[in-house]
Amino acid sequence: MTVTMEHEAINRQPAGSRDVKITARGVNVRYGETHAIKDVDVDILDRAVTSFIGPSGCGKSTFLRCLNRMNDTIPICRVTGEILLDGEDIYARSVDPALLRARVGMVFQKPNPFPKSVYDNVAYGPRIHGLVAGRGETDATVERALRRAGLWEEVKDRLHQPGTGLSGGQQQRLCIARAIATEPEVLLMDEPCSALDPIATARIEELIDELRENYTIIIVTHSMQQAARVSQRTAFFHLGVMVEYGETPKIFTNPDDKRTQDYITGRFG
Amino acid sequence: MTDAATDAPAVDWSDPALRRRLARRHRGDMRLKAVGVAALGAACLMLAILVASLVWSGRHAFTQTHVTLAFDVSAEAVPRDDPADGRYRTIVREALYAHFPAVEGRSDQRALADILSDGAKWMLRDRVVANPELIGRTVELAVPVSDPYDQLAKGLVDPEAAEENRRLSDREIGWFRQLEEQGLISTPVNWGLIANADSRFPELTGLRGALWGSFYALLVCFLISFPVGIATGIYLEEFAPKNRWTDLIEVNINNLAAVPSVVFGLLALAVFIGWFGLPRSAPLVGGMTLALMTLPTIIIATRAAVKAVPPSIRDAALGVGASHHQVVTGHVLPLAMPGILTGTIIGLAQALGETAPLLLIGMNAFITQPPEGVTDAATALPTQIYIWADSPERGFVARTSAAICVLLAFLVAMNAVAIFLRKRFERQW
Repeated sequence: MTVTMEHEAINRQPAGSRDVKITARGVNVRYGETHAIKDVDVDILDRAVTSFIGPSGCGKSTFLRCLNRMNDTIPICRVTGEILLDGEDIYARSVDPALLRARVGMVFQKPNPFPKSVYDNVAYGPRIHGLVAGRGETDATVERALRRAGLWEEVKDRLHQPGTGLSGGQQQRLCIARAIATEPEVLLMDEPCSALDPIATARIEELIDELRENYTIIIVTHSMQQAARVSQRTAFFHLGVMVEYGETPKIFTNPDDKRTQDYITGRFG
Repeated sequence: MTDAATDAPAVDWSDPALRRRLARRHRGDMRLKAVGVAALGAACLMLAILVASLVWSGRHAFTQTHVTLAFDVSAEAVPRDDPADGRYRTIVREALYAHFPAVEGRSDQRALADILSDGAKWMLRDRVVANPELIGRTVELAVPVSDPYDQLAKGLVDPEAAEENRRLSDREIGWFRQLEEQGLISTPVNWGLIANADSRFPELTGLRGALWGSFYALLVCFLISFPVGIATGIYLEEFAPKNRWTDLIEVNINNLAAVPSVVFGLLALAVFIGWFGLPRSAPLVGGMTLALMTLPTIIIATRAAVKAVPPSIRDAALGVGASHHQVVTGHVLPLAMPGILTGTIIGLAQALGETAPLLLIGMNAFITQPPEGVTDAATALPTQIYIWADSPERGFVARTSAAICVLLAFLVAMNAVAIFLRKRFERQW
């Protein structure tokens, strides 16, 4: 384990109690007969990075997709339990998934820019939600999002060229810019670096670290080093159960559960 | 990393038996490729033979023999106040008789007049009506000769054959040769094949009515089947719940694509004409019938194209909070468009060549006026070919082949449009 890096990440993190942004209680997810998530309780802290780790198929991505109701699009998927965003039940009848997803943005495993220009990619969210009026406002929003995603300098001269023409790492940062253009409160990242080379990965990780000042970030990752580097809290999932959840350094140095211990020392997974 | 793996005997990669097996595998590759090339070659050859034989047998229809005569449009024969009411038949005949002063007697003169097409007097009339100043003058005009003489000019009548076995007697052939010697016979390109409407006389007949009929029928077919097909495909793929009912609908749509076209014709006859009371022989009914047949093709193509849109794009749009219809109209549909257009053009091309349903709704009638709208009686290209193929006059043999060539040209043009549209809509990932 890269212990020094872990501690750097923690040291920059001011100590003390924080507000809870998302609360999940007794969350169960079933795909038809398959019980994918079993009784997960978790409190996600505001303006911090929480990582979900675990072996393939453990349900960490499924749980992540519950947090912005992306699972709604899968007809056989059933979610029970309670998930509160700022104390409000996101599965309540009064909550529209489209608005929820503007507040809880998502970045996917494979960079998936629309086959449109860089500009239109970023402007898409604000436009459909009516957050911008007129050319000038849109320009400003696009620039702000691209700057925050650390992409502005690289693309400012090619805003109207296709977003699909960028490199893999740039595409993923474009997707982050697209997600934050609607001013979300939470940013979900589903293995955002798994399709990227180490340099692009480092760039994204730096970005995540910067973004946590403004956003609550939840990242699913296969790389334990990455979880250790970027997150303040870590949840370990195994076979649909959240085995352990706590401060990242504690999970990686002194876990309570034997299964967590086995996983982080590379005994399985 | 089991023990068995480390104990495995070393593979001898230079073993001759292994080499032989490898050579056999390569021969297999070559055989497969050769079979493919042979199949493609055979298909191309057949196509070439088909097109070549059509063009060859249709070549005589691309020109039409004309005779140039001087018509004396006198003021006595054509009233100035009503030029349409002139005695053009007489004018035309007199112009011909002038070249044959020796031919006398009613029956001989009538036989002589048969050199000219029945349409000659109408052509002259149209010319004079369009320009009444010609009254009182002599008009030089090339008019078509009738079919037997056209065949003679094209070398399709054998003068060596016994006289009773050919359509023209020695005397008639002599008359025609005399006109040829005077340099009055010409064989210009037969634009009438496209510009004229249908006629019982091969030398006058053309595809104008059929082209317009096909155009209107396809227009109706497109306007109905394209939006309905896309909407159905999108609904089934994007919104419909997956249950027994949608399964049933899906199976039925796939079956509909395989229903014989004549059945659709019967349906149209019973429903559109019988119940709805829509006019017979109209491109409107034809187009509606063809739309029924094209719909399954478009629905299936739409569903396949929608299915092929990468889920990552859907996720991306949903992830920023797009509603379902925004995902469909903003992302799925544009990306599926090339596939949908390809399916549509395939469906329309099928519809263009469809004959059986049109026969049942009466689009094989003999109609000498091109349709001016979707409710006018009309024929379509395939039914026109059917009518001509059924006609006894020799001149229709070549014209049938020529009409098939026109139909094929129409198809090629449609496919070219499809390729153009697909290229325009296609996007780079």
